[in-house]
Amino acid sequence: MNGPGIGGAGSRASRVDARAKVTGEAHYAVDSSVEGMLHGHVVRSTRAHATIEHVDTAEALASSGVVAVLTGADLQGLFPRFGHIIADRPILAIDRVRYYGEPIALVLGDTAHQAADGAELVTIRYRDLPTVIDTEQALAEGAPILHDEDYRLGDATFEEAQSQSSIGNIAHEVTLEWGDANEALAASPLIVETTTHYPMLYAYAMEPYNALATFDEDGLEVVSTAQHPFQVREDLARIFSLPLNRVRVQSPLLGGGYGSKSYTKVEPLAAIGAWACGRPVKVALDIEGAIHTTRADSAVVSARSGFDLEGRLLVRIFDITMNTGAYADNGPLVLAKAVNRCFGPYRVPSLRVIGRSIYTNTVPSSSYRGFGAPQGNLTGELNMDQAAAQLDIDPGEIRRRNLVPQGESHIPGKRGMDADLVADLDILLQKIEWNSELPAHHGIGFGCSASDAGAFPVSTAMVRLLADGSVLVLTGSTEMGQGSRTVLGQIAATELDIPVQRVRVIQSDTASTPYERTTGASRTTTLTGLAVQRACRDLLSKLEEMGAEAMGCELAEVKSAEGAVVGPERSIDFGTVVHSWFGGRQGEVIGWGVVRRAGELEALPPFWEIGMTGVQVSVDPATGVVSVEHLVTVGDIGFAINPALVEGQDLGAATQGLGAALLEELVYDGPQLLNPNLVEYRVPRATDTPRRIDSVLAERRDGIGPYGAKGAGEGSVNPMGAAVAAAVWRAVGVWPDRLPLTPDRVWELMNPPDNG
Amino acid sequence: MSTTWLSAVVNGRKIRHLVATRSTLAEFLRTDLGLTGTKVSCELQVCGVCTVLVDGVPVSSCTYLAVDIDGRDVLTIEGMANGEQLHEIQQAFIDHFALQCGFCTPGFVMMTKALLDQIANPSRGDVEKFLEGNICRCTGYAPIVDAILEIGSKLHEETAS
Repeated sequence: MNGPGIGGAGSRASRVDARAKVTGEAHYAVDSSVEGMLHGHVVRSTRAHATIEHVDTAEALASSGVVAVLTGADLQGLFPRFGHIIADRPILAIDRVRYYGEPIALVLGDTAHQAADGAELVTIRYRDLPTVIDTEQALAEGAPILHDEDYRLGDATFEEAQSQSSIGNIAHEVTLEWGDANEALAASPLIVETTTHYPMLYAYAMEPYNALATFDEDGLEVVSTAQHPFQVREDLARIFSLPLNRVRVQSPLLGGGYGSKSYTKVEPLAAIGAWACGRPVKVALDIEGAIHTTRADSAVVSARSGFDLEGRLLVRIFDITMNTGAYADNGPLVLAKAVNRCFGPYRVPSLRVIGRSIYTNTVPSSSYRGFGAPQGNLTGELNMDQAAAQLDIDPGEIRRRNLVPQGESHIPGKRGMDADLVADLDILLQKIEWNSELPAHHGIGFGCSASDAGAFPVSTAMVRLLADGSVLVLTGSTEMGQGSRTVLGQIAATELDIPVQRVRVIQSDTASTPYERTTGASRTTTLTGLAVQRACRDLLSKLEEMGAEAMGCELAEVKSAEGAVVGPERSIDFGTVVHSWFGGRQGEVIGWGVVRRAGELEALPPFWEIGMTGVQVSVDPATGVVSVEHLVTVGDIGFAINPALVEGQDLGAATQGLGAALLEELVYDGPQLLNPNLVEYRVPRATDTPRRIDSVLAERRDGIGPYGAKGAGEGSVNPMGAAVAAAVWRAVGVWPDRLPLTPDRVWELMNPPDNG
Repeated sequence: MSTTWLSAVVNGRKIRHLVATRSTLAEFLRTDLGLTGTKVSCELQVCGVCTVLVDGVPVSSCTYLAVDIDGRDVLTIEGMANGEQLHEIQQAFIDHFALQCGFCTPGFVMMTKALLDQIANPSRGDVEKFLEGNICRCTGYAPIVDAILEIGSKLHEETAS
């Protein structure tokens, strides 16, 4: 580890954004304002499914300070929808609404109060249509069909999310298959069947979605909460028929993301306001509005697995049904990932997974930390535990016998496993004290997962060495709390062999930072990190050439070290190399780094993100309250460029997993959400923290990223549901089949209704 | 629109402002005074991000009317550091990686000040209970609690010596 002040790769360097964040100086999108801006307030549907017969805006327009009221009818001449895979989502409803809470009108006022007051005065006449809220209703014969047009865009880099069929309310269907699953199942000595229900969740990034848009002759500028500003740019360019260089999207620090700020959300609303009024427009949602913008998929997942009598998997057959809501958003990709992730990192000789994502009259679902993995893992891992119980094999041992060895592909055609899973599992079991004697009503549970993480590998980075020797790293990757601004700076400092304090990282401005596909899928340290590393190396080769020229020696005679070009007789620091080459105190040298699907990144995924999580819980038999006594996470991240930040990701992900396992669920009562607020949707609080926490890092430098790094951020959430459910089973003796394990559900497990 | 004059002290500075009577304290701080360090999230007094101190008492500025600070003393996150010198709570949050996205941090820092003003050397249980009304979605709380316990024990040592 480097000493303090150096802060290179491997050190617990302080977060570069920490000082601004503890003083209140940190700038988030919601803190943005410009002179003369209007405030937009969204009028939302109070029907789950209806045709809109009339929107009366007259009274709102007459209200004090209201400048304009926009409806779907005002978007003539624009492409009025958005969506990066399926552009099916209207900016404002066009003739029809498909979920309660869908935006119908945008009221623009001089102040936020005036816009909100005006919004109260918009009246809408609906003609109700039959609704489908759950997937059973949506798939029933004669169910109303939500979408009758095909809006697919056909981007090859979203290939796995391209629909294989489009029938009725099936938004997307994905099948993954090898071997003869039916035959293998018929021949299996033991068949274990498991079905579980995963709850509908809300990510709750604490800064709700917001955007500030300015439209002028130069084009459109937007400051927003977008995790992926370059993806938002594309949607906005399509809406307004603008070239990409006339759309500028900037993402300042994000107040949380966790996937929920992936892809376009409120940016089109602010943009149409600015387009229509000729003034800047800010649209800042409240939490209820944010919940009515995006949630995560609920799922019913069934598994049938065939085992031999030693507990070796012979076959797994999964059926996944996800409630994806009224519009596609990123739902198709979440489904594709759920299909790849549900059966676990095991050697499965025959496999069939059928996944279906179903349109319903509910809030559209999209990405959320884990991205399809938690939904399937709950079934897959409980199924392993149930097999172990039926075969009387230790649950650790049954996994050991099936975990895929390092280097072997557990999905044909995918990258081989880049982790030692058995070693990780052994660490987990030792730390969670698997073999210890527990008091009554206590139980230990654990689970394993591997996610095809990293997304499609496209990253670019620019590193600028300035004339005084200081460095700017430019990247389109967004800082949303994970610490990328710190880690990418550490990588650059390590590559250039300079103190990290000399590096400044500038992020996420589509007009000035280079292209980044997305900030998600735990990809930044690995893929953006590689782009930064390559940019630094490109920069160094240029500096060495310039240094050799200045020293009058051959290129082969120089190298770079400690921030200088070192020649046979003398060394010249980088800053001097630059300004003496250009003259005076001037100039800069730019290095360029590119990551694309080629070479060592040809095989997908770029890396496997491992989840190894265990808990010990206690259950209060009188109330059913589950307390977490001990939490263990094993972060198999190859190499921790900043161990403190990795531990932060692991504990943060695990805590969100505990929320889903024990507390969180969005509930539909008929066509309307029962709990679209933080009182009735309860997330973990300080008093819910595990009594003891062990966060272990497994560093074997086996990743494809800089110095052998792999991504972190989602791993620990993925097996958490199964770990908690298995622990509760061991504590109370009954298998749970749904999350969250709220006190009433656990009490009912312990006190089943008397059938006699 | 109904408006009201208010006079108060905010971060040690006397202010006199004409405000919309309906304005919340958070709106007033963020919009009228430009003190955007105070954040707003749940707007239901459960998340704590908007916490500021009014006469030393923590309040949820999202549901506290601006006019109610008339004649009172308000401390926000912007008033915590002494120039360039960070408050020890702020420094402890940095040292313990007790923040990630940072959106909840101003509220936690203010609530921690209220806690330590009441209990100089709190136990883990005291801290968790006091912070029950502050949500952090990123960190899992443990680093925050550790940071606060460290300040408490330092304060305790200083008092003892």
